[in-house]
Amino acid sequence: MKVLTANRLSDGIAVWYAAGGWAETVGHADIAYDKTAEDRLEAIGAAAAANNEVVDVNIIDVAIVDGLVEPVRLREKIRAAGPTIRTDLGKQASPQPARAA
Amino acid sequence: MYRYDEFDQDFVHARVAEFSDQVQRRLAGEITEDQFRPLRLMNGVYLQLHAYMLRIAVPYGTLNSRQLRMLAHIARKYDKGYGHFTTRQNIQFNWPALSDIPAILADLASVEMHAIQTSGNCIRNVTADHFAGAAADEVADPRPYAEILRQWSSVHPEFSYLPRKFKIAVTGAERDRAAIQTHDIGLHLKKNAAGELGFAVYVGGGQGRTPMVARKIRDFLPEAELLSYCTAILRVYNLYGRRDNKFKARIKILVHETGVEEITRQVEAEWQALKDAELKLPEADIQAINAYFAPPALVPRPEGDDVVKQARLDSKSFSEWLDQNVVTHRHPDYAAVTISLKGIGEVPGDATDSQMEAVADIAERYAFDELRVSHEQNLILPHVARADLKAVYDALVEIGLATANSNLISDIISCPGLDYCALATARSIPVAQEISRRFASLERQREIGELKLKISGCINACGHHHVGHIGILGVEKKGTELYQVTLGGSADENTSVGEIIGRGFSSEEITDAIEQIVDTYLGLRLNPDERFIDAYRRVGPAPFKEALYAGETKAA
Repeated sequence: MKVLTANRLSDGIAVWYAAGGWAETVGHADIAYDKTAEDRLEAIGAAAAANNEVVDVNIIDVAIVDGLVEPVRLREKIRAAGPTIRTDLGKQASPQPARAA
Repeated sequence: MYRYDEFDQDFVHARVAEFSDQVQRRLAGEITEDQFRPLRLMNGVYLQLHAYMLRIAVPYGTLNSRQLRMLAHIARKYDKGYGHFTTRQNIQFNWPALSDIPAILADLASVEMHAIQTSGNCIRNVTADHFAGAAADEVADPRPYAEILRQWSSVHPEFSYLPRKFKIAVTGAERDRAAIQTHDIGLHLKKNAAGELGFAVYVGGGQGRTPMVARKIRDFLPEAELLSYCTAILRVYNLYGRRDNKFKARIKILVHETGVEEITRQVEAEWQALKDAELKLPEADIQAINAYFAPPALVPRPEGDDVVKQARLDSKSFSEWLDQNVVTHRHPDYAAVTISLKGIGEVPGDATDSQMEAVADIAERYAFDELRVSHEQNLILPHVARADLKAVYDALVEIGLATANSNLISDIISCPGLDYCALATARSIPVAQEISRRFASLERQREIGELKLKISGCINACGHHHVGHIGILGVEKKGTELYQVTLGGSADENTSVGEIIGRGFSSEEITDAIEQIVDTYLGLRLNPDERFIDAYRRVGPAPFKEALYAGETKAA
């Protein structure tokens, strides 16, 4: 189970591909459940990088936790939330997105 | 301190204009990321986990209050209200937008600052003893030479694309507070028997995945030959340094693989062709640079002794701070003050915008407008009249920066680690915070005595773990953070690389392990004056291994 992530070119903020665009939170990112879907995400990432929307494009492992997408690796968990030592900063500082239906 | 001349100012303005244009073209999609990356790195712009990061050079760690106020302004206007002082005596901002960086660089240029050569395979910010110009034990201020090296190395055409980055450090005292033996070139400014100034020259020190202590290749280099000799070293490195393998590209590997005698021979041979020629520093030029670093007019303030004596009686906490964070100045009426950025449980090296402004006010009012950033991630007021120490202390208490822990176990060097850094494999700041909280009692810390604890969140060793009396290296193992402990490192005039003590510890175990190491030391030291590092050198790792792992061996 994988999603597409990158950093936005203009401000470097971590983003995830969701519903045809780049979301600032991971919770509702488009999930690739198989190789075909993964290839599709990779192609979208490559195109977005070539189009100068994002940089540092990566496909990462995720799981579904409480109905929301959550990265598996600690590195990606921290990217998705913010510094663990400053919970007033990063994504975790904003109200959480609504749960997936 | 050094002031830009017309050439410096024009150069920095031209670079701001050039990079601003490059940023605009990148944002407009006219250049690709592959084209842009080396350009942004040359200007200190990295991409980290959450955002871009801007690393700003603080030449040899010297700042004035106007510059510190500008850093506070940048923190507030373009970032998230704080900055992170680094082990390279620089400052990093963790959240700038790329689109704001041209404006930030223009603001920096207005106070004679920039971010040039804070990344890339070039000669980086030259670092120096943070007590330079104030220390009672130095033969001369090393910063004029650091400034000469800065001017020489800035966009040096021959040395802008080295095999790998290159770091130079300078000290002017026997007691090395600049960790010169962990640098690519370490310079120890000293006097010969005739009273002339010159340098002992060390090469090939470094940390990272292959830590090496630098080797001395010359005991006395006349000061006038500083640039010719450094050029000779850089030429040998540029020619023979390995470009085939990034992990073997630092000069330390070249020195190790070639052998110090052969490297010395090559450098000396190169130098023969360079010395006594155009790179020889004219005496007038040395004097001109020295004039910028003329010490402030330290008027006699003999009332200091009485003021300090009375203040000690009035306040135990002031007295403790005085004992721990204030060091002897070359002028008896003055002192040098360490402002600890290591409050108990705080992030090592972080300061808020308002703290920076308040420190700038203190420096302006009480410290001749001069500040330093130490490689141990603290701020320094190098010249404070002893009569003003209580006032400085009171002002620091107000902003939460009066922690009396300089050189104690909670004065921890820590890299940003996985909380920010794209290269990190584990977090380091939370480990530093937990250890700091465990040893929060100042009484206990003082009983333990001098103990340098350093933490890195990956093998690149930005947190200097190899040279910590106790070093901690965070790695990722099977998807979790694991912390390896090294003991016996040091980064002074007796530099040594620590030894791995045994299997690593989980994040839940690491603080207990550190406490066990400290308790073991307290149990075996000969007397309270025997520091941790001295005791370790006397007894070796065995008692510490026994304390940490004996139970496991028996169980097995």
